[in-house]
Amino acid sequence: MIRIRFSHSKSGALRYTGNLDMQKVWERAFRRARLPLAYSQGFHPQPRINQACPLPLGFTSTAEMLDVWLTDDLPLDQVLAAIETAVPDGLKIQTVETIDLHAPALQTQVDTADYIVTLHQPVDAADLHNRISKILEAASVMRERRGKMYDLRSLIVAMRIIEPISEHIQLFLTLTVREGATGRPEEVLLALGLDPFAATVERTQLRLRAQNPETL
Amino acid sequence: MLNSQEIALRLERILPQVQKPGRYVGGEYNQIVKKWEAVATRVALAFPDIYDIGLPNLGLAIFYEQLNARQDVLAERVYCPWIDMESHMRAERIPLFSLESQRPIIDFDILAITLPYETLFTNTLNLLDLAGIPLKSSQRGANHPLVIAGGHACYNPEPMADFIDAFVIGEGEEVIEEIVDTYQAWKRTGQDRQSLLLALATIPGVYIPAFYKPHFQPDGTMERIERLDSNVPASITKRILAKLPPAPSHFLVPNIEVVHNRISVEIMRGCTRGCRFCHAGMINRPVRERSIDEIVETLQTALDSTGFEEIALLSLSSSDYTRITDLVDAVTTRFAGKNLVVSLPSLRIESFSVDLMEKLKGSRQGGFTLAPEAATERMRTIINKPISTEQLLETARAIYSRGWPMIKLYFMIGHPDETLEDVLAITDLCKAVLAEGRRTIGGRAQVHAGVSTFIPKPHTPFQWVSADSIDQIEAKQALLRRELRGPNLKLNWTDPRDTMLEAFLSRGDRRLGSVILGAWQRGAKFDAWQDQVRHDAWQEAIADAGLTMDFYVHRERFIDEVFPWDHINPAVKKSYLLEEYRNSQTGILRGDCRQQCYACGILPTFTELRRLNRGDYWKCPEVPARKIAAQAK
Repeated sequence: MIRIRFSHSKSGALRYTGNLDMQKVWERAFRRARLPLAYSQGFHPQPRINQACPLPLGFTSTAEMLDVWLTDDLPLDQVLAAIETAVPDGLKIQTVETIDLHAPALQTQVDTADYIVTLHQPVDAADLHNRISKILEAASVMRERRGKMYDLRSLIVAMRIIEPISEHIQLFLTLTVREGATGRPEEVLLALGLDPFAATVERTQLRLRAQNPETL
Repeated sequence: MLNSQEIALRLERILPQVQKPGRYVGGEYNQIVKKWEAVATRVALAFPDIYDIGLPNLGLAIFYEQLNARQDVLAERVYCPWIDMESHMRAERIPLFSLESQRPIIDFDILAITLPYETLFTNTLNLLDLAGIPLKSSQRGANHPLVIAGGHACYNPEPMADFIDAFVIGEGEEVIEEIVDTYQAWKRTGQDRQSLLLALATIPGVYIPAFYKPHFQPDGTMERIERLDSNVPASITKRILAKLPPAPSHFLVPNIEVVHNRISVEIMRGCTRGCRFCHAGMINRPVRERSIDEIVETLQTALDSTGFEEIALLSLSSSDYTRITDLVDAVTTRFAGKNLVVSLPSLRIESFSVDLMEKLKGSRQGGFTLAPEAATERMRTIINKPISTEQLLETARAIYSRGWPMIKLYFMIGHPDETLEDVLAITDLCKAVLAEGRRTIGGRAQVHAGVSTFIPKPHTPFQWVSADSIDQIEAKQALLRRELRGPNLKLNWTDPRDTMLEAFLSRGDRRLGSVILGAWQRGAKFDAWQDQVRHDAWQEAIADAGLTMDFYVHRERFIDEVFPWDHINPAVKKSYLLEEYRNSQTGILRGDCRQQCYACGILPTFTELRRLNRGDYWKCPEVPARKIAAQAK
């Protein structure tokens, strides 16, 4: 048995495939690649595929991660070659590495994520800059989501306008993605008075707790 | 009209706002995207319901693979947008587009629609409207796509005759190629649309309703169908393939959950059992089987190319596949230990079926399904599905004792001449099955009864029969609900209004065109969805057209009545159907026609095809030529 950690990008039509369905997308890709997926025991054996952190529907990403358990101890380059040709359009494998079988689950390790948000609505940059500063200076930014109040401010690690400004204004965000404390880019956009449906979002970095200098 | 880039741009904004946006973006593994300019003919394949239901459709999978295999053709897909997406599309003026290239459907040469059942008719109108294609065939010009349709519901094409340019009657694999060839030849000549339709009408199995005019008698029944052009055939005989072509194997692998996430392989086509209510059993003759080798190789290719975790071995009656045990053994040996679920539907009620299912381990959670259809011997004789109650109970015992805690039993109420006692017998039988379960495995045993309502379908021995009235059905269902209750007994039934609508649409004549249009204009769509169907809209549209549902659904037909579908020839003779109807009334059973030919009409219709394909590929018994000639009469 080996455990392999993949980093990959996600784009194109697959933007509209949610986390749960991605589980199946990966399972089928590994089956097509004829890689020996390990399955859980029990009445409904499930493949041991462990995605780091759900990517909201519609977002692209250049920084996704997943762990996969294979029953045979295969060389990494062989695994990479097999899976690369079996993934659907929109998935691209970036790195592969072997991980200790007993290392903690990815979901418990993800810590912060970076996003680049491209605004397709006309916005005044100076005005937006002020709004960003206001939020960053606030002690708390209370918002309601699904009937529950929470503090958005505590989930924002960094937020700024990317300079120089090109055709569309772009925001750089670093938000927490811890279990039970996940900052959502569209919530940040709403707090800034922006229309989330007029923005495209790309996740560009996913940091694990152990390697994250910002929270160490 | 927007082009594909503009459509893609507007979708960016809309998709995050709709449920399951993955329905509208394509991008599945095995999707085929060809260069638009590089092909002569572009075909849009449509399933007129949402993606979730349409994607697994085997018919479209066949044509997708087959048409895209041609150098000169591209085939892309389109499904109905769900209500939320439709309103966004209409608000943003986004025309119906294909999933592969986001091209407007109106830019395609041919729009091919599959109509496996009648409750897709209003959706078909909705698709045409969203595409910006004139709804009526008569309103389309040379620059509009040719709109063709095929599938089981097209064996009575008349209700949709106003909207479809050309119907394919029967199996489409060969005829679709001929349609494309004819289309290409026509396009080269630059002639008008009428000449295209005329050329298509000469292809065997193609029905062009514009060349036929129905005449009605004062009492509303059909008088005759008039041919408006002497070059078109008086009757359209269904197409069949002498041998089943290679099965599709490069199935589209959806990126979102759909109703069936699996590889489907038809192990055979047709059924020799002759249940008298069964439309599929009458129209899909003769029986042709695929070889075990071919099935296993197809499964291997399909598993390698899709990675699916489930396979379905499809047929109308799995138990009748000649070497079913060998097939199941071959499948389990080859694919054992691969975390695969194998489903084998439509098994006969005998303990041997339990042996088969036991070999296909892993599928036990879902319950074991049996379809006795009726609960009394009298009823079973009428419908020609003879099974003894003792055999059913014995099978049930075997099922429970070998690890399935739940048995699903499918029945139908409303069969001809059915009494309340026959209905009551359903409840007794379910309880008897449950009692077997209790004795065998105790309190865990369950029975789920699914009770649907009989519809007298065209081209079946019961096409002369009147369907039960809503009152009768409700009385029978009330009886079932009253008697079939208790722990571990579950009952499902069909809303009688849904059944009546389906019966109305399947038995209709050309006057239904205005009803379907009227219902759609009043908001009817997704008629197969219980939470969407608009019976009020249908009632109004029927009344508005000066018609009644009773006339179509609740009227016993004269024996010599001309049916709206009589010019469509399923190769099963009307006289044979009548004989079978009479047999049902006189209590005569007919056995498996693999053993003995009952002269349904297949052999005299396809004499030449049969002569060229000798041997046991067809499961019709050998019949001497002079006898076949006699059968033709």
